[in-house]
Amino acid sequence: MASSTTKVFVPADTTARSLGADAIATAIAAEAARRGAKVEIVRNGSRGLYWLEPLVEVAVDGVRYAYGPVTVADVPKLFDASFLTAGKHGLGHGPTEKIDYLAKQTRLTFARVGVVDPLSLDDYRAHGGYRGLGNALKMEGTAIVATVTDSGLRGRGGAAFPTGIKWKTVLGAPAEQKYVVCNADEGDSGTFADRMILESDPFVLIEGMTIAGIAVGATRGYVYIRAEYPQAIRTLRAAIEAAKAAGFLGERIQGSPHTFNLEVREAAGAYICGEETSLLESLEGKRGMVRYRPPLPAIKGLFGQPTIINNVLSLASVPIILDQGAAFYKNFGSGRSRGTITIQLAGNVKRGGLIEIAFGKPLREILYDFGGGSASGRPIRAVQAGGPLGAYVHPKQFDTVFDYEQFAAVGAMVGHGGLVVFDDTVDMGQMARFAMEFCAIESCGKCTPCRIGAVRGVEVIDKIRGGINETANLALLKDLCDTMVTGSLCALGGMAPFPVLSVLNHFPEDLKART
Amino acid sequence: MSDGEQQDVAIRRLAAAQAAEPGALLPILHAIQDQFGYVPESAVPIVAEVLNLSRAEVHGVVTFYHFFRTKAPGKQILYVCRAEACQSMGSHALEQHVRNKLKIDFHETTADGRFSLEPVYCLGNCACSPAVMVDETVYGRVTPQRLDEILE
Repeated sequence: MASSTTKVFVPADTTARSLGADAIATAIAAEAARRGAKVEIVRNGSRGLYWLEPLVEVAVDGVRYAYGPVTVADVPKLFDASFLTAGKHGLGHGPTEKIDYLAKQTRLTFARVGVVDPLSLDDYRAHGGYRGLGNALKMEGTAIVATVTDSGLRGRGGAAFPTGIKWKTVLGAPAEQKYVVCNADEGDSGTFADRMILESDPFVLIEGMTIAGIAVGATRGYVYIRAEYPQAIRTLRAAIEAAKAAGFLGERIQGSPHTFNLEVREAAGAYICGEETSLLESLEGKRGMVRYRPPLPAIKGLFGQPTIINNVLSLASVPIILDQGAAFYKNFGSGRSRGTITIQLAGNVKRGGLIEIAFGKPLREILYDFGGGSASGRPIRAVQAGGPLGAYVHPKQFDTVFDYEQFAAVGAMVGHGGLVVFDDTVDMGQMARFAMEFCAIESCGKCTPCRIGAVRGVEVIDKIRGGINETANLALLKDLCDTMVTGSLCALGGMAPFPVLSVLNHFPEDLKART
Repeated sequence: MSDGEQQDVAIRRLAAAQAAEPGALLPILHAIQDQFGYVPESAVPIVAEVLNLSRAEVHGVVTFYHFFRTKAPGKQILYVCRAEACQSMGSHALEQHVRNKLKIDFHETTADGRFSLEPVYCLGNCACSPAVMVDETVYGRVTPQRLDEILE
């Protein structure tokens, strides 16, 4: 047994904990004490290799070795196998960074996720943190904005609007008070990348927002986090306190003339508040009703003031862009989709997890090379891309390259990067019905096509499936979808028909009278 | 003071503590629900008065958001995810199992007051579906059998 203290990493991320990581951390500590082994247990974030969680890592001579998925019963056996010195065991995967799933990724935004102790500012800085801010503090606002624009970064929340253009509008809007708002209302099924940043590397978001504030002259920021993420809320609040104490938030940041104050606001379970104008209403203490546009939030946003509103991943990508430069980031990607995309592989898939890669890989490679096919072992029948408002992609489209333009060309979307896999037992008619049902539950009620259309959509699908005037009702459903797409005020009503239409187009055999 | 009066005093205190914050209504409602487990009807006029809003505005906000409850929940709240990723891994069967076991539907509380059952649309645990949450603890890869163990 090594006489020095060995670092053992047991993730404290929500998914790892949902599979028993806390009990494993306790068991390792107890077993080490029993055997007189000196260990320091670090509760890091998750590497995002979720099929291996709980994934325990041991640091030996500066290299981290992975074991997983570990159960409490495995812990004594791991000690027997000398896992503290990277001994061989059936659950061993060798050096973590050499695991194929991770080795094939390009971790830019997620460089520290799963590596560091999420609340250690020293760890953050030792791994390249706050270098982007350091550069930004030496630059004019216009130069920071130009760097973000030149990097080609586009909104990772789903709309893919160029981030730098948004910032430039806010920079050019004169006002007493400007705001930076982070949309962390990650409501799309199949997505968890925002949660991972918040729980596993919260300082990168704080740094990104601080840079945004300095760039456009905004002194106040809010992070709007969904109530379903209690741990993310706690972690970010603790990180904000640590950043404040170290002079990275508040007045005269790192001795500069800049001020930036940041606050977490807890959402309250409304999916629509992921829509940016609805989110701003909610932050103002109102019902999350969608606003008409114009005016754009960049001109008249929070409390009527110019506001940058970006997704977690967009803001968390800013520090590396300011650290390494626009050209470095832009160098990754394909076509007009620059940089990396964080794909969240979820649902019925063998190796689900977080995959950050440069844009440009075909969907098939993601599903099979990374994902390993379905979890059930049955053929994959459909993949919903881009959340509950995204189309169901048919296997015949699996060679489509995963970038904004090529997905749009086949009627699908990248969105926030979520991919939900279904095997051949799925009832696609039921999934079409669910898209309408979800829209009916979550509609803010402001515009008629969404408020009424979604309810009628459920009814019409039920009639079709019940064998009532099937042909006429199928025509009616298409007509209804057309009304919702063209007449809704925002993306909820405007896009909820996309999964329905994709079922009509690619899986018509499932949307007909059931015998 | 009666229990009701004490509660009203506490609500007024919670509201006043954050009244100066911009857009204070949601944080105040969260503080009230954190303390009492729900937002009592009596909170509406108090919060309205403190924030200089109409009762209709406060009521409108309380009822807009799924997360705010206007009735006392059971001792623990079981959230079952109904979103697509969980559906792909058998959440329909899990929902049915929960309904049968607890003998209640969504938005209801068991007769013994132990559990309230709520739907949730995504817990962000989608790579290890299906997921449920009990109060603030998330569980992944939940089978009907594992759910029984969790509820024990």
